[in-house]
Amino acid sequence: MSDPKIDGFELKPGFRGMASDTGSDQTMFKGVHWGKAMMWIFLLSDTFVFSCFLISYMKGRGSTPAEWPNPSEVFALDAFGVPVPLLLIALMTFVLITSSGTMALAVKYGYEKNRKMCGWLVLATAVGGLTFVGMQAYEWSKLIHEGVRPWGNPFGAAQFGSFFFMITGFHGFHVSIGVIFLFIYAYKVFAGHYENGGKRGWFTTMKGDYVEIEILGLYWHFVDLVWVFIFAFFYLW
Amino acid sequence: MSDEYENNKSGYQAQSSEAITGSSGSASPDIDYVRPAELPEQDLYHGHTFITKWIFCQDAKVIGVQYFLTAVFTGVVGLILSWLMRLQLGFPGLAGFITAEHYYQFVTMHGMIMVVYFLTALFLGGFGNYLIPLMVGARDMVFPYVNMLSFWMFFVAVAILMASFFVPGGPTGAGWTLYPPQTILEGTPGSGMGILLMLVSLALFVIGFTMGGLNYMITVLQARTRGMTLMRMPLTVWGIFTATVLAMLAFPALLVSAIMMTLDKVIGTSFFMPTILKAGEVLEYGGGSPILFQHLFWFFGHPEVYIVALPAFGIVSDLISVHARKNIFGYRMMVWAIVGIGALSFFVWAHHMYVSGMNPWFGFFFATTTLIIAVPTAMKVYNWILTLWRGNIRINTVMLWCLGFIVTFVNGGITGIFLGNVSVDVPLSDTYFVVAHFHMVMGIAPVMVIMGAIYHWFPLITGRLLNETLGKWHFWATFLGAYSIYFPMHYLGFIGVPRRYYEMYDSPYMTSAVGMNEFISLAAFLVGAAQFILIFNIIKTLKTGKPAPKNPWKANSLEWHTSTQPPEHGNFGERLPVVHRWPYDFSVPGSKDDFIPQTTPPSEVVHTKVEKT
Repeated sequence: MSDPKIDGFELKPGFRGMASDTGSDQTMFKGVHWGKAMMWIFLLSDTFVFSCFLISYMKGRGSTPAEWPNPSEVFALDAFGVPVPLLLIALMTFVLITSSGTMALAVKYGYEKNRKMCGWLVLATAVGGLTFVGMQAYEWSKLIHEGVRPWGNPFGAAQFGSFFFMITGFHGFHVSIGVIFLFIYAYKVFAGHYENGGKRGWFTTMKGDYVEIEILGLYWHFVDLVWVFIFAFFYLW
Repeated sequence: MSDEYENNKSGYQAQSSEAITGSSGSASPDIDYVRPAELPEQDLYHGHTFITKWIFCQDAKVIGVQYFLTAVFTGVVGLILSWLMRLQLGFPGLAGFITAEHYYQFVTMHGMIMVVYFLTALFLGGFGNYLIPLMVGARDMVFPYVNMLSFWMFFVAVAILMASFFVPGGPTGAGWTLYPPQTILEGTPGSGMGILLMLVSLALFVIGFTMGGLNYMITVLQARTRGMTLMRMPLTVWGIFTATVLAMLAFPALLVSAIMMTLDKVIGTSFFMPTILKAGEVLEYGGGSPILFQHLFWFFGHPEVYIVALPAFGIVSDLISVHARKNIFGYRMMVWAIVGIGALSFFVWAHHMYVSGMNPWFGFFFATTTLIIAVPTAMKVYNWILTLWRGNIRINTVMLWCLGFIVTFVNGGITGIFLGNVSVDVPLSDTYFVVAHFHMVMGIAPVMVIMGAIYHWFPLITGRLLNETLGKWHFWATFLGAYSIYFPMHYLGFIGVPRRYYEMYDSPYMTSAVGMNEFISLAAFLVGAAQFILIFNIIKTLKTGKPAPKNPWKANSLEWHTSTQPPEHGNFGERLPVVHRWPYDFSVPGSKDDFIPQTTPPSEVVHTKVEKT
């Protein structure tokens, strides 16, 4: 993605390269778009948000005196009359990880300036995300139907519902924001806003570029990665 | 100039060997070689109407001033609250309208306003926005639109915070640390709407700050001008940059604790709420952990101290260097000290929780890390003093504030070593000794730097010099007054006067504490009033002050070498500056002037004893 050589500055590999880039003028991450660097740092900050949530969950689960509900019973789904543990979650995870794959392809076609393919793949990612949010809404409504509330539940410690709704809700909020932007970007790709030097954005008045697809992709992969952790901590622990 | 760069396509490595010897002529242009620009010129939005130029403005300088003014407004509110508190403490019952509930609300709002909405916003939002692009040689912040949103998010946060003064029940009175469970339980002042608005306001502040922080970081990392390496940046930028990194990693903990407490308050979850017996009845809450909140809060709270202190360290280094006409002593060590303090600040948070109860080994661990911070901090203090040593010191207002800062900071730092040790902290916890310590180290000391910075950069921002005589009055009243307030408080702490108490009633401290409390209160009124000298000075200067000459302090850094002063939109006129050296080449032997600006090429100063930086 980045050239091995940038105007009179040979990029060296490995740690030597890191040291020489850090010691150079103008930019530290050679050839990295501002927006892309910004997204990486935002994600670092967001990692801390989710870490705080998950560590609070561990602490809360560890220190509450009441018994913690058994996840493989609470999250089981009846398939043809047989309760299958983690069925819905497995489906949700599959859909979300698949959408990461379509996102990565969209980035590839974006850089190849293949407008059609890029647009369809961004749209597919958006649909995948929307499916995930839909399934999450189903899961929430099922749990609420069974009497799980943020302030209490019939299965055990009240904190179970509190942490579950808060953390999956916060993650679902991230996915929803991502879905909204995916739809907007799908439109922008199809409308050709990134072609011919880029069209100026309505809000920011800045010119568009296919690198924006990669930036959105970074966010989307991050949201998927966080889901893997939430999955492990809530459903497997 | 650009032709010469074209000739030298061979690149960065060639600079050291053949390129210099290979060309002919005495003052070879090759020693002036700087790599060509990697990036095209920044695409800027130029406002045309009043609204796009001054209100929803995308120029970092205007945003900086907007942040500054909003923060100063909240600071004045905080100041008035402190007056009311001192009125009650010094002269109990004199002002009948101050009830115990009101007193707690004043304490809480004063603390939160001063730490978050005044100091953090002023240093990072105010000075950060104004100075970062100018000092690293950028046209603007890298995302001007997001930067504008950042300020308006902050503005909304402040508006919500101020609105909490006017809701039923008033603002929250839980203490600025907002410890649960009492924060959201009935009986605490402002446990209804007050605490809710506080939490919402904090969450918005974090979101707004994140937008700004991304800008500051990427501007420093990815938008420096040609020749501006990281080790040629003024320490001001290093301080603000490192503080921003801290903020990006520490504010998430505040955001998370605010979200969880809001849920506890609004929908009745029990994240932080243990089983509570109230008047013989068990409350709905149960099973939560109040200690969890303390951990989250202080994981934010301790880095927050350095978010305020590091920009102050950076700024004061630059001010001392310029006004002592000497290069900063140990520049690289100063940078590493800033970075080291920043990194260590994430491993010390539980020293705020010694009395919450913890495994003694944890206390031991956190006491050790806390004391280790004294090493880089002391290094900085020595370096400031060594910068002053045998310098050509100008005793002007700026320098006075800097000297005041060093003394105050050392004072507050030493009491910090007391409080960092578990066994000394436990008896001193929640006494006036703690109040004296943190006001010295993160109240007065950073404020002194802010004052110095105002006198220093006022000519840059407005084109007029502030009145020196009024400035000196302002300094001496503030400096002596602040010491009159906080020095006696150490003693109050030693005799065991507890903090946050509305009144001492007939406790044994009364005999010796009464007179001292009256004295402290009088000093507090005086210091508060002295700040209006500055406001008067600013207004007077804006109307009739004498126009500042270009670069009045003869400084080297880029902000003084713009095409116009004050700098216009885009900062540097037609061409971006090219940097050849660090900003501390003062009093170089053999040099015509006693300063060599960062933009001076080496070929112009070959006859001097300037070192390569």
